[in-house]
Amino acid sequence: MSGESVLRFEDVCLWFGETPGLDHVSFEIAAGESRIIYGAAGSGKTTLLKTALGLLTPDSGRIFVFGEDVTGLKESAWFGIRARMGMLFQEGGLFDSMTVGENVAYPVVNSLAYRLARHEANGEVQDKVREVLRFVDLEQTFDKVPSELSGGMRRRVGIARAIVTEPPLVLYDSPTAGLDPITANTIVTLILKERDLRNAASLFVTHRFQDGHLMAKFRYNPSSGQIEAASQDGDKPGRTKFFVMNGGRLVFTGTLAELQIAEDPYVRKFAK
Amino acid sequence: MFDFLKRPVQAFQDFILLTGKAMRNIFRGPHYGDDILIQMDAIGVGSLMIVMLVGLFSGLIMGQQMARALRTYGATGQIGYIVSVALIRELGPVLVALLVAGRNASGMASELGSMKVTEQIDAMRALGTDPIQKLVTPRLIATAVTLPLLTIIADFLGLVGGFLIAYFQFAVPFSQYWTPAWQNLAYADVAEGLVKPFSFAIIISLVGCFYGMRTTGGTEGVGRSTTKAVVVSSIWIFVTTYFLGKIFVNMR
Repeated sequence: MSGESVLRFEDVCLWFGETPGLDHVSFEIAAGESRIIYGAAGSGKTTLLKTALGLLTPDSGRIFVFGEDVTGLKESAWFGIRARMGMLFQEGGLFDSMTVGENVAYPVVNSLAYRLARHEANGEVQDKVREVLRFVDLEQTFDKVPSELSGGMRRRVGIARAIVTEPPLVLYDSPTAGLDPITANTIVTLILKERDLRNAASLFVTHRFQDGHLMAKFRYNPSSGQIEAASQDGDKPGRTKFFVMNGGRLVFTGTLAELQIAEDPYVRKFAK
Repeated sequence: MFDFLKRPVQAFQDFILLTGKAMRNIFRGPHYGDDILIQMDAIGVGSLMIVMLVGLFSGLIMGQQMARALRTYGATGQIGYIVSVALIRELGPVLVALLVAGRNASGMASELGSMKVTEQIDAMRALGTDPIQKLVTPRLIATAVTLPLLTIIADFLGLVGGFLIAYFQFAVPFSQYWTPAWQNLAYADVAEGLVKPFSFAIIISLVGCFYGMRTTGGTEGVGRSTTKAVVVSSIWIFVTTYFLGKIFVNMR
Protein backbone atom coordinates (compact mmCIF):
# COMPACT_ATOMS: atom_id res chain seq x y z
CA MET A 1 0.00 0.00 0.00
CA SER A 2 2.86 2.40 0.64
CA GLY A 3 3.01 4.50 -2.49
CA GLU A 4 4.29 8.04 -2.71
CA SER A 5 2.34 10.65 -0.77
CA VAL A 6 -0.28 12.39 -2.87
CA LEU A 7 -1.85 14.64 -0.26
CA ARG A 8 -0.81 15.40 3.30
CA PHE A 9 -2.43 17.71 5.86
CA GLU A 10 -0.39 18.59 8.95
CA ASP A 11 -2.41 20.13 11.77
CA VAL A 12 -4.45 22.34 9.44
CA CYS A 13 -6.81 24.92 10.98
CA LEU A 14 -9.19 27.23 9.17
CA TRP A 15 -11.70 29.57 10.79
CA PHE A 16 -14.77 31.26 9.37
CA GLY A 17 -14.96 34.15 11.81
CA GLU A 18 -15.75 32.47 15.13
CA THR A 19 -16.73 29.05 13.78
CA PRO A 20 -14.12 26.42 12.96
CA GLY A 21 -14.03 25.24 9.35
CA LEU A 22 -11.15 22.85 9.96
CA ASP A 23 -9.89 22.15 13.46
CA HIS A 24 -6.38 20.60 13.69
CA VAL A 25 -6.85 18.22 10.76
CA SER A 26 -3.98 15.86 9.91
CA PHE A 27 -3.94 12.94 7.46
CA GLU A 28 -2.06 11.51 4.52
CA ILE A 29 -3.10 9.75 1.31
CA ALA A 30 -0.76 7.72 -0.88
CA ALA A 31 -1.13 7.01 -4.59
CA GLY A 32 -4.07 4.73 -5.40
CA GLU A 33 -5.74 5.10 -2.00
CA SER A 34 -9.27 6.26 -1.27
CA ARG A 35 -10.70 8.14 1.66
CA ILE A 36 -14.42 8.22 2.33
CA ILE A 37 -15.40 11.29 4.34
CA TYR A 38 -18.65 11.15 6.30
CA GLY A 39 -20.12 13.95 8.36
CA ALA A 40 -23.23 16.00 9.00
CA ALA A 41 -23.93 19.11 6.92
CA GLY A 42 -21.58 21.91 7.92
CA SER A 43 -19.04 19.57 9.54
CA GLY A 44 -16.24 20.75 7.24
CA LYS A 45 -16.26 18.12 4.48
CA THR A 46 -16.46 20.55 1.57
CA THR A 47 -14.07 22.92 3.35
CA LEU A 48 -11.55 20.10 3.53
CA LEU A 49 -11.74 19.49 -0.22
CA LYS A 50 -11.58 23.17 -1.07
CA THR A 51 -8.55 23.61 1.18
CA ALA A 52 -6.81 20.67 -0.49
CA LEU A 53 -7.43 22.38 -3.83
CA GLY A 54 -6.18 25.78 -2.64
CA LEU A 55 -9.57 27.45 -3.06
CA LEU A 56 -9.49 28.25 0.65
CA THR A 57 -6.33 29.25 2.53
CA PRO A 58 -5.76 27.68 5.95
CA ASP A 59 -4.97 29.89 8.94
CA SER A 60 -2.33 27.52 10.28
CA GLY A 61 -0.80 24.12 9.56
CA ARG A 62 0.92 22.83 6.44
CA ILE A 63 -0.38 21.12 3.30
CA PHE A 64 1.66 18.98 0.91
CA VAL A 65 0.36 18.04 -2.54
CA PHE A 66 2.37 15.45 -4.50
CA GLY A 67 5.11 15.89 -1.91
CA GLU A 68 5.34 19.63 -2.55
CA ASP A 69 4.70 22.13 0.25
CA VAL A 70 1.83 24.29 -1.00
CA THR A 71 1.18 26.22 2.22
CA GLY A 72 0.71 29.91 1.46
CA LEU A 73 1.32 29.46 -2.26
CA LYS A 74 0.21 32.33 -4.51
CA GLU A 75 -2.91 31.80 -6.64
CA SER A 76 -0.90 31.88 -9.86
CA ALA A 77 1.42 29.15 -8.57
CA TRP A 78 -1.57 26.93 -7.74
CA PHE A 79 -2.73 26.63 -11.34
CA GLY A 80 0.00 24.16 -12.27
CA ILE A 81 -0.73 21.99 -9.22
CA ARG A 82 -4.48 22.04 -9.75
CA ALA A 83 -3.93 20.75 -13.28
CA ARG A 84 -2.97 17.44 -11.64
CA MET A 85 -6.08 17.29 -9.44
CA GLY A 86 -9.66 16.66 -10.53
CA MET A 87 -12.63 17.99 -8.61
CA LEU A 88 -16.32 17.18 -8.88
CA PHE A 89 -18.41 19.94 -7.30
CA GLN A 90 -21.61 19.30 -5.38
CA GLU A 91 -23.93 20.34 -8.20
CA GLY A 92 -21.41 19.54 -10.92
CA GLY A 93 -20.20 23.14 -11.19
CA LEU A 94 -20.63 23.04 -14.98
CA PHE A 95 -20.41 26.30 -16.94
CA ASP A 96 -23.94 27.15 -18.13
CA SER A 97 -22.70 29.21 -21.04
CA MET A 98 -20.86 26.29 -22.66
CA THR A 99 -21.96 23.02 -24.21
CA VAL A 100 -21.21 19.73 -22.50
CA GLY A 101 -18.37 19.09 -24.93
CA GLU A 102 -16.82 22.50 -24.24
CA ASN A 103 -17.18 21.95 -20.52
CA VAL A 104 -15.34 18.66 -20.62
CA ALA A 105 -12.70 20.07 -22.97
CA TYR A 106 -12.14 23.10 -20.70
CA PRO A 107 -9.40 21.62 -18.46
CA VAL A 108 -7.50 20.36 -21.50
CA VAL A 109 -7.85 23.51 -23.57
CA ASN A 110 -6.81 25.70 -20.64
CA SER A 111 -3.79 23.63 -19.67
CA LEU A 112 -0.40 25.21 -20.18
CA ALA A 113 0.78 22.39 -22.44
CA TYR A 114 -2.17 22.88 -24.80
CA ARG A 115 -1.76 26.66 -24.84
CA LEU A 116 1.86 26.23 -25.86
CA ALA A 117 1.03 23.73 -28.63
CA ARG A 118 -1.95 25.89 -29.67
CA HIS A 119 -4.59 24.39 -31.96
CA GLU A 120 -2.33 21.71 -33.39
CA ALA A 121 -3.98 19.15 -31.16
CA ASN A 122 -7.59 20.26 -31.70
CA GLY A 123 -8.77 16.96 -33.21
CA GLU A 124 -7.09 15.02 -30.42
CA VAL A 125 -8.95 17.06 -27.81
CA GLN A 126 -12.28 16.26 -29.47
CA ASP A 127 -11.45 12.55 -29.47
CA LYS A 128 -10.38 12.68 -25.85
CA VAL A 129 -13.56 14.51 -24.80
CA ARG A 130 -15.74 11.97 -26.62
CA GLU A 131 -13.82 9.12 -25.04
CA VAL A 132 -14.35 10.49 -21.52
CA LEU A 133 -18.02 11.21 -22.21
CA ARG A 134 -18.35 7.60 -23.39
CA PHE A 135 -16.74 6.56 -20.09
CA VAL A 136 -19.63 8.19 -18.21
CA ASP A 137 -22.06 6.95 -20.88
CA LEU A 138 -23.15 10.40 -22.06
CA GLU A 139 -21.55 10.77 -25.47
CA GLN A 140 -24.90 11.73 -27.00
CA THR A 141 -25.02 14.93 -24.89
CA PHE A 142 -21.88 16.38 -26.50
CA ASP A 143 -23.68 19.34 -28.10
CA LYS A 144 -26.25 19.96 -25.37
CA VAL A 145 -25.98 22.68 -22.73
CA PRO A 146 -25.95 21.74 -19.01
CA SER A 147 -29.44 23.17 -18.36
CA GLU A 148 -30.91 20.50 -20.66
CA LEU A 149 -29.51 17.67 -18.50
CA SER A 150 -30.92 16.06 -15.38
CA GLY A 151 -29.16 16.41 -12.03
CA GLY A 152 -27.58 12.96 -12.27
CA MET A 153 -26.39 13.58 -15.82
CA ARG A 154 -24.84 16.89 -14.78
CA ARG A 155 -22.81 15.13 -12.10
CA ARG A 156 -21.68 12.51 -14.58
CA VAL A 157 -20.52 15.28 -16.92
CA GLY A 158 -18.82 16.79 -13.86
CA ILE A 159 -16.99 13.49 -13.32
CA ALA A 160 -15.98 13.45 -16.99
CA ARG A 161 -14.59 16.96 -16.66
CA ALA A 162 -12.75 16.07 -13.45
CA ILE A 163 -10.99 13.07 -14.97
CA VAL A 164 -10.39 14.21 -18.56
CA THR A 165 -6.78 15.17 -17.81
CA GLU A 166 -6.27 11.83 -15.99
CA PRO A 167 -5.24 13.45 -12.72
CA PRO A 168 -3.52 11.27 -10.08
CA LEU A 169 -5.85 12.71 -7.39
CA VAL A 170 -9.61 13.22 -7.74
CA LEU A 171 -11.84 14.95 -5.18
CA TYR A 172 -15.57 14.13 -5.18
CA ASP A 173 -17.84 16.51 -3.26
CA SER A 174 -21.12 14.72 -2.39
CA PRO A 175 -21.55 13.17 -5.84
CA THR A 176 -24.64 11.23 -4.75
CA ALA A 177 -26.41 13.84 -2.61
CA GLY A 178 -30.07 14.31 -3.48
CA LEU A 179 -30.14 11.59 -6.14
CA ASP A 180 -32.34 8.53 -6.31
CA PRO A 181 -30.64 5.23 -5.29
CA ILE A 182 -30.33 3.96 -8.87
CA THR A 183 -28.62 7.10 -10.19
CA ALA A 184 -26.48 7.29 -7.04
CA ASN A 185 -25.25 3.72 -7.62
CA THR A 186 -24.47 4.54 -11.26
CA ILE A 187 -22.29 7.38 -10.06
CA VAL A 188 -20.47 5.30 -7.44
CA THR A 189 -19.90 2.64 -10.11
CA LEU A 190 -18.27 5.29 -12.28
CA ILE A 191 -16.03 6.33 -9.42
CA LEU A 192 -15.09 2.69 -8.77
CA LYS A 193 -14.38 2.22 -12.46
CA GLU A 194 -12.19 5.33 -12.50
CA ARG A 195 -10.33 4.11 -9.42
CA ASP A 196 -9.76 0.54 -10.60
CA LEU A 197 -8.88 1.32 -14.21
CA ARG A 198 -6.51 4.21 -13.53
CA ASN A 199 -5.51 3.65 -9.92
CA ALA A 200 -6.08 7.33 -9.04
CA ALA A 201 -6.19 8.44 -5.42
CA SER A 202 -9.49 9.91 -4.30
CA LEU A 203 -11.24 11.81 -1.54
CA PHE A 204 -14.94 11.01 -1.54
CA VAL A 205 -17.30 13.16 0.51
CA THR A 206 -20.72 11.66 1.15
CA HIS A 207 -23.32 11.11 3.81
CA ARG A 208 -24.64 7.83 2.36
CA PHE A 209 -23.25 4.80 4.13
CA GLN A 210 -23.79 2.63 1.03
CA ASP A 211 -21.35 4.73 -1.02
CA GLY A 212 -18.46 3.93 1.30
CA HIS A 213 -19.52 0.31 1.56
CA LEU A 214 -19.47 -0.02 -2.23
CA MET A 215 -16.08 1.67 -2.44
CA ALA A 216 -14.57 -0.64 0.16
CA LYS A 217 -16.20 -3.97 -0.73
CA PHE A 218 -16.60 -3.89 -4.48
CA ARG A 219 -14.37 -3.65 -7.48
CA TYR A 220 -14.87 -2.94 -11.16
CA ASN A 221 -14.55 -5.89 -13.50
CA PRO A 222 -13.35 -4.58 -16.87
CA SER A 223 -14.33 -7.71 -18.78
CA SER A 224 -17.97 -7.69 -17.70
CA GLY A 225 -18.28 -3.91 -17.30
CA GLN A 226 -20.00 -4.43 -13.96
CA ILE A 227 -18.97 -4.08 -10.35
CA GLU A 228 -18.57 -7.23 -8.30
CA ALA A 229 -18.09 -8.05 -4.65
CA ALA A 230 -14.55 -8.42 -3.37
CA SER A 231 -13.27 -9.04 0.11
CA GLN A 232 -12.30 -5.81 1.86
CA ASP A 233 -10.23 -4.03 -0.82
CA GLY A 234 -9.63 -7.31 -2.65
CA ASP A 235 -5.90 -7.87 -2.74
CA LYS A 236 -5.09 -4.35 -1.55
CA PRO A 237 -5.92 -4.19 2.16
CA GLY A 238 -6.19 -0.79 3.78
CA ARG A 239 -6.57 1.01 0.48
CA THR A 240 -9.96 2.44 1.44
CA LYS A 241 -10.18 4.24 4.75
CA PHE A 242 -12.96 6.17 6.40
CA PHE A 243 -13.00 9.61 7.99
CA VAL A 244 -15.83 10.99 10.07
CA MET A 245 -15.93 14.76 10.56
CA ASN A 246 -17.72 16.77 13.21
CA GLY A 247 -17.38 20.52 13.74
CA GLY A 248 -14.27 20.72 11.57
CA ARG A 249 -12.48 17.90 13.41
CA LEU A 250 -11.63 14.41 12.19
CA VAL A 251 -13.33 12.38 14.92
CA PHE A 252 -12.73 8.97 13.37
CA THR A 253 -10.13 7.43 11.07
CA GLY A 254 -10.11 3.74 10.21
CA THR A 255 -11.22 0.89 7.98
CA LEU A 256 -14.78 -0.19 7.29
CA ALA A 257 -14.53 -2.96 9.91
CA GLU A 258 -13.30 -0.47 12.51
CA LEU A 259 -16.08 1.96 11.58
CA GLN A 260 -18.71 -0.73 12.10
CA ILE A 261 -17.58 -1.44 15.66
CA ALA A 262 -16.97 2.21 16.63
CA GLU A 263 -18.54 3.20 19.95
CA ASP A 264 -18.83 6.96 19.58
CA PRO A 265 -22.56 7.70 19.10
CA TYR A 266 -21.91 10.36 16.41
CA VAL A 267 -19.64 8.02 14.43
CA ARG A 268 -22.09 5.14 14.82
CA LYS A 269 -24.74 7.09 12.94
CA PHE A 270 -22.62 6.80 9.80
CA ALA A 271 -21.93 3.08 10.30
CA LYS A 272 -25.49 2.24 9.30
CA MET B 1 -15.98 52.70 18.65
CA PHE B 2 -15.69 52.83 14.86
CA ASP B 3 -16.66 49.20 14.42
CA PHE B 4 -19.54 50.13 12.15
CA LEU B 5 -16.95 51.40 9.64
CA LYS B 6 -15.15 48.06 9.47
CA ARG B 7 -17.37 46.45 6.86
CA PRO B 8 -17.58 49.32 4.39
CA VAL B 9 -13.82 49.92 4.65
CA GLN B 10 -13.17 46.20 4.16
CA ALA B 11 -15.49 46.16 1.14
CA PHE B 12 -13.78 49.21 -0.33
CA GLN B 13 -10.41 47.57 0.13
CA ASP B 14 -11.65 44.42 -1.63
CA PHE B 15 -12.98 46.59 -4.43
CA ILE B 16 -9.62 48.35 -4.86
CA LEU B 17 -7.86 44.94 -4.91
CA LEU B 18 -10.24 43.68 -7.61
CA THR B 19 -9.69 46.89 -9.59
CA GLY B 20 -5.92 46.46 -9.37
CA LYS B 21 -6.04 42.83 -10.49
CA ALA B 22 -8.49 43.51 -13.32
CA MET B 23 -6.35 46.41 -14.62
CA ARG B 24 -3.12 44.44 -14.35
CA ASN B 25 -4.67 41.62 -16.36
CA ILE B 26 -5.23 44.00 -19.28
CA PHE B 27 -1.49 43.99 -19.85
CA ARG B 28 -0.92 40.35 -19.02
CA GLY B 29 -1.90 37.14 -20.78
CA PRO B 30 -3.74 34.94 -21.32
CA HIS B 31 -6.26 37.17 -23.09
CA TYR B 32 -9.79 35.98 -23.78
CA GLY B 33 -10.57 37.78 -27.04
CA ASP B 34 -13.81 35.86 -27.63
CA ASP B 35 -15.16 36.91 -24.26
CA ILE B 36 -14.34 40.57 -24.96
CA LEU B 37 -16.25 40.41 -28.27
CA ILE B 38 -19.24 38.66 -26.69
CA GLN B 39 -19.40 41.32 -23.97
CA MET B 40 -19.03 44.15 -26.51
CA ASP B 41 -21.98 42.69 -28.36
CA ALA B 42 -24.04 42.41 -25.17
CA ILE B 43 -23.21 45.90 -23.90
CA GLY B 44 -22.73 47.87 -27.11
CA VAL B 45 -25.08 46.36 -29.65
CA GLY B 46 -27.53 45.29 -26.96
CA SER B 47 -27.88 48.81 -25.56
CA LEU B 48 -27.84 50.60 -28.92
CA MET B 49 -31.59 50.91 -29.50
CA ILE B 50 -32.48 52.12 -26.02
CA VAL B 51 -29.54 54.53 -25.97
CA MET B 52 -30.62 56.00 -29.33
CA LEU B 53 -34.18 56.44 -28.10
CA VAL B 54 -33.14 58.08 -24.86
CA GLY B 55 -30.63 60.31 -26.66
CA LEU B 56 -33.24 61.51 -29.12
CA PHE B 57 -35.85 62.17 -26.47
CA SER B 58 -33.48 63.98 -24.13
CA GLY B 59 -32.70 66.33 -27.03
CA LEU B 60 -36.41 66.82 -27.75
CA ILE B 61 -37.14 67.56 -24.09
CA MET B 62 -34.22 69.93 -23.68
CA GLY B 63 -35.13 71.76 -26.88
CA GLN B 64 -38.71 72.18 -25.71
CA GLN B 65 -37.89 73.45 -22.22
CA MET B 66 -34.93 75.62 -23.17
CA ALA B 67 -36.70 77.23 -26.11
CA ARG B 68 -39.54 78.38 -23.86
CA ALA B 69 -37.13 79.99 -21.42
CA LEU B 70 -35.02 81.51 -24.20
CA ARG B 71 -38.07 82.94 -25.95
CA THR B 72 -38.76 85.32 -23.04
CA TYR B 73 -35.39 86.93 -23.85
CA GLY B 74 -35.93 86.65 -27.60
CA ALA B 75 -32.96 84.35 -27.82
CA THR B 76 -34.38 81.18 -29.37
CA GLY B 77 -31.46 81.34 -31.82
CA GLN B 78 -29.13 80.21 -29.02
CA ILE B 79 -30.98 76.93 -28.55
CA GLY B 80 -28.42 74.90 -30.49
CA TYR B 81 -25.61 76.22 -28.30
CA ILE B 82 -27.35 75.35 -25.04
CA VAL B 83 -28.47 71.92 -26.15
CA SER B 84 -25.05 70.95 -27.47
CA VAL B 85 -23.08 72.12 -24.43
CA ALA B 86 -25.42 70.59 -21.86
CA LEU B 87 -25.78 67.33 -23.74
CA ILE B 88 -22.18 66.73 -24.66
CA ARG B 89 -20.67 67.85 -21.39
CA GLU B 90 -23.09 66.36 -18.92
CA LEU B 91 -26.42 64.87 -19.87
CA GLY B 92 -25.35 62.53 -22.64
CA PRO B 93 -22.64 60.75 -20.64
CA VAL B 94 -24.71 60.54 -17.46
CA LEU B 95 -27.93 59.35 -19.08
CA VAL B 96 -26.19 56.70 -21.15
CA ALA B 97 -24.15 55.55 -18.16
CA LEU B 98 -27.28 55.24 -16.02
CA LEU B 99 -28.97 53.19 -18.72
CA VAL B 100 -26.00 50.91 -19.14
CA ALA B 101 -25.69 50.62 -15.35
CA GLY B 102 -29.31 49.51 -15.20
CA ARG B 103 -28.89 47.08 -18.07
CA ASN B 104 -25.37 45.76 -17.70
CA ALA B 105 -24.11 46.34 -14.15
CA SER B 106 -27.18 44.36 -13.07
CA GLY B 107 -26.53 41.79 -15.80
CA MET B 108 -22.92 41.32 -14.73
CA ALA B 109 -23.81 41.09 -11.05
CA SER B 110 -26.53 38.51 -11.64
CA GLU B 111 -24.51 36.45 -14.12
CA LEU B 112 -21.37 36.34 -11.98
CA GLY B 113 -23.50 35.99 -8.84
CA SER B 114 -25.26 32.91 -10.23
CA MET B 115 -21.90 31.48 -11.24
CA LYS B 116 -20.63 32.12 -7.71
CA VAL B 117 -23.53 30.43 -5.93
CA THR B 118 -23.50 27.41 -8.26
CA GLU B 119 -19.74 26.97 -7.65
CA GLN B 120 -18.84 27.79 -11.26
CA ILE B 121 -16.31 30.40 -10.12
CA ASP B 122 -14.69 27.84 -7.81
CA ALA B 123 -14.76 25.32 -10.64
CA MET B 124 -13.04 27.84 -12.88
CA ARG B 125 -10.25 28.30 -10.33
CA ALA B 126 -10.05 24.55 -9.80
CA LEU B 127 -9.63 24.07 -13.54
CA GLY B 128 -6.71 26.45 -13.66
CA THR B 129 -8.33 29.67 -14.90
CA ASP B 130 -8.15 33.00 -13.10
CA PRO B 131 -11.81 34.14 -12.86
CA ILE B 132 -10.75 37.80 -12.83
CA GLN B 133 -8.83 37.29 -16.05
CA LYS B 134 -11.62 35.29 -17.68
CA LEU B 135 -14.69 37.18 -16.40
CA VAL B 136 -13.88 40.63 -15.04
CA THR B 137 -11.19 41.96 -17.40
CA PRO B 138 -13.17 41.21 -20.61
CA ARG B 139 -16.18 43.04 -19.16
CA LEU B 140 -14.00 45.99 -18.13
CA ILE B 141 -12.42 46.29 -21.58
CA ALA B 142 -15.73 45.81 -23.41
CA THR B 143 -17.51 48.48 -21.35
CA ALA B 144 -14.62 50.93 -21.59
CA VAL B 145 -14.66 50.65 -25.40
CA THR B 146 -18.41 50.66 -26.00
CA LEU B 147 -19.68 53.23 -23.49
CA PRO B 148 -17.88 56.24 -25.09
CA LEU B 149 -19.16 55.08 -28.49
CA LEU B 150 -22.72 54.80 -27.21
CA THR B 151 -22.39 58.26 -25.68
CA ILE B 152 -21.29 59.77 -29.00
CA ILE B 153 -24.32 58.24 -30.71
CA ALA B 154 -26.68 59.48 -27.97
CA ASP B 155 -25.15 62.98 -28.10
CA PHE B 156 -25.63 63.19 -31.85
CA LEU B 157 -29.25 62.02 -31.70
CA GLY B 158 -29.88 64.47 -28.87
CA LEU B 159 -28.65 67.31 -31.07
CA VAL B 160 -30.96 66.08 -33.83
CA GLY B 161 -33.83 66.03 -31.32
CA GLY B 162 -33.10 69.61 -30.26
CA PHE B 163 -32.98 70.61 -33.89
CA LEU B 164 -36.37 69.05 -34.66
CA ILE B 165 -37.98 71.13 -31.89
CA ALA B 166 -36.14 74.31 -32.86
CA TYR B 167 -36.89 73.92 -36.56
CA PHE B 168 -40.51 72.80 -36.50
CA GLN B 169 -41.83 74.43 -33.34
CA PHE B 170 -39.80 77.63 -33.09
CA ALA B 171 -38.88 78.17 -36.74
CA VAL B 172 -35.14 78.38 -36.10
CA PRO B 173 -33.37 77.93 -39.46
CA PHE B 174 -30.99 75.03 -40.08
CA SER B 175 -27.72 76.93 -39.92
CA GLN B 176 -28.82 79.08 -36.99
CA TYR B 177 -29.21 75.90 -34.95
CA TRP B 178 -26.19 73.92 -36.10
CA THR B 179 -23.58 76.70 -36.41
CA PRO B 180 -23.54 77.78 -32.73
CA ALA B 181 -24.07 74.16 -31.68
CA TRP B 182 -20.90 73.28 -33.51
CA GLN B 183 -18.75 76.41 -33.13
CA ASN B 184 -19.17 76.94 -29.42
CA LEU B 185 -17.87 73.49 -28.62
CA ALA B 186 -14.30 73.69 -27.34
CA TYR B 187 -11.93 70.76 -27.29
CA ALA B 188 -12.31 70.73 -23.51
CA ASP B 189 -16.04 70.06 -23.91
CA VAL B 190 -15.42 67.11 -26.19
CA ALA B 191 -12.69 65.83 -23.89
CA GLU B 192 -15.03 66.11 -20.91
CA GLY B 193 -17.72 64.32 -22.88
CA LEU B 194 -15.38 61.40 -23.55
CA VAL B 195 -13.45 61.21 -20.28
CA LYS B 196 -16.72 60.89 -18.39
CA PRO B 197 -18.13 57.83 -20.18
CA PHE B 198 -14.72 56.19 -19.99
CA SER B 199 -14.65 56.68 -16.20
CA PHE B 200 -18.27 55.58 -15.86
CA ALA B 201 -17.46 52.43 -17.84
CA ILE B 202 -14.80 51.50 -15.31
CA ILE B 203 -17.25 52.12 -12.45
CA ILE B 204 -20.13 50.17 -14.05
CA SER B 205 -18.13 47.09 -15.03
CA LEU B 206 -16.08 46.85 -11.84
CA VAL B 207 -18.99 47.52 -9.47
CA GLY B 208 -21.16 45.00 -11.36
CA CYS B 209 -18.45 42.33 -11.29
CA PHE B 210 -17.46 43.14 -7.69
CA TYR B 211 -20.94 42.51 -6.30
CA GLY B 212 -21.34 39.47 -8.53
CA MET B 213 -18.09 37.91 -7.34
CA ARG B 214 -18.87 38.37 -3.65
CA THR B 215 -22.41 36.99 -3.83
CA THR B 216 -23.36 34.63 -1.03
CA GLY B 217 -26.63 33.08 0.06
CA GLY B 218 -28.11 31.37 -2.98
CA THR B 219 -30.61 32.88 -5.41
CA GLU B 220 -31.74 35.45 -2.86
CA GLY B 221 -28.15 36.64 -2.64
CA VAL B 222 -28.04 37.04 -6.42
CA GLY B 223 -31.03 39.39 -6.21
CA ARG B 224 -29.37 41.43 -3.47
CA SER B 225 -26.11 41.71 -5.41
CA THR B 226 -27.95 42.84 -8.53
CA THR B 227 -29.79 45.59 -6.65
CA LYS B 228 -26.61 46.75 -4.92
CA ALA B 229 -24.68 46.83 -8.18
CA VAL B 230 -27.23 49.15 -9.82
CA VAL B 231 -27.64 51.42 -6.79
CA VAL B 232 -23.94 51.73 -6.02
CA SER B 233 -22.85 52.25 -9.61
CA SER B 234 -25.56 54.91 -10.13
CA ILE B 235 -24.46 56.79 -7.02
CA TRP B 236 -20.82 56.66 -8.08
CA ILE B 237 -21.73 57.91 -11.54
CA PHE B 238 -23.30 61.05 -10.02
CA VAL B 239 -20.47 61.63 -7.56
CA THR B 240 -17.84 61.15 -10.27
CA THR B 241 -19.57 63.39 -12.78
CA TYR B 242 -19.70 66.19 -10.21
CA PHE B 243 -15.99 66.01 -9.47
CA LEU B 244 -14.94 65.52 -13.09
CA GLY B 245 -17.13 68.49 -14.02
CA LYS B 246 -15.42 70.51 -11.31
CA ILE B 247 -12.00 69.65 -12.70
CA PHE B 248 -12.99 70.60 -16.24
CA VAL B 249 -14.65 73.86 -15.13
CA ASN B 250 -11.53 74.85 -13.22
CA MET B 251 -9.32 74.01 -16.19
CA ARG B 252 -10.69 76.64 -18.48
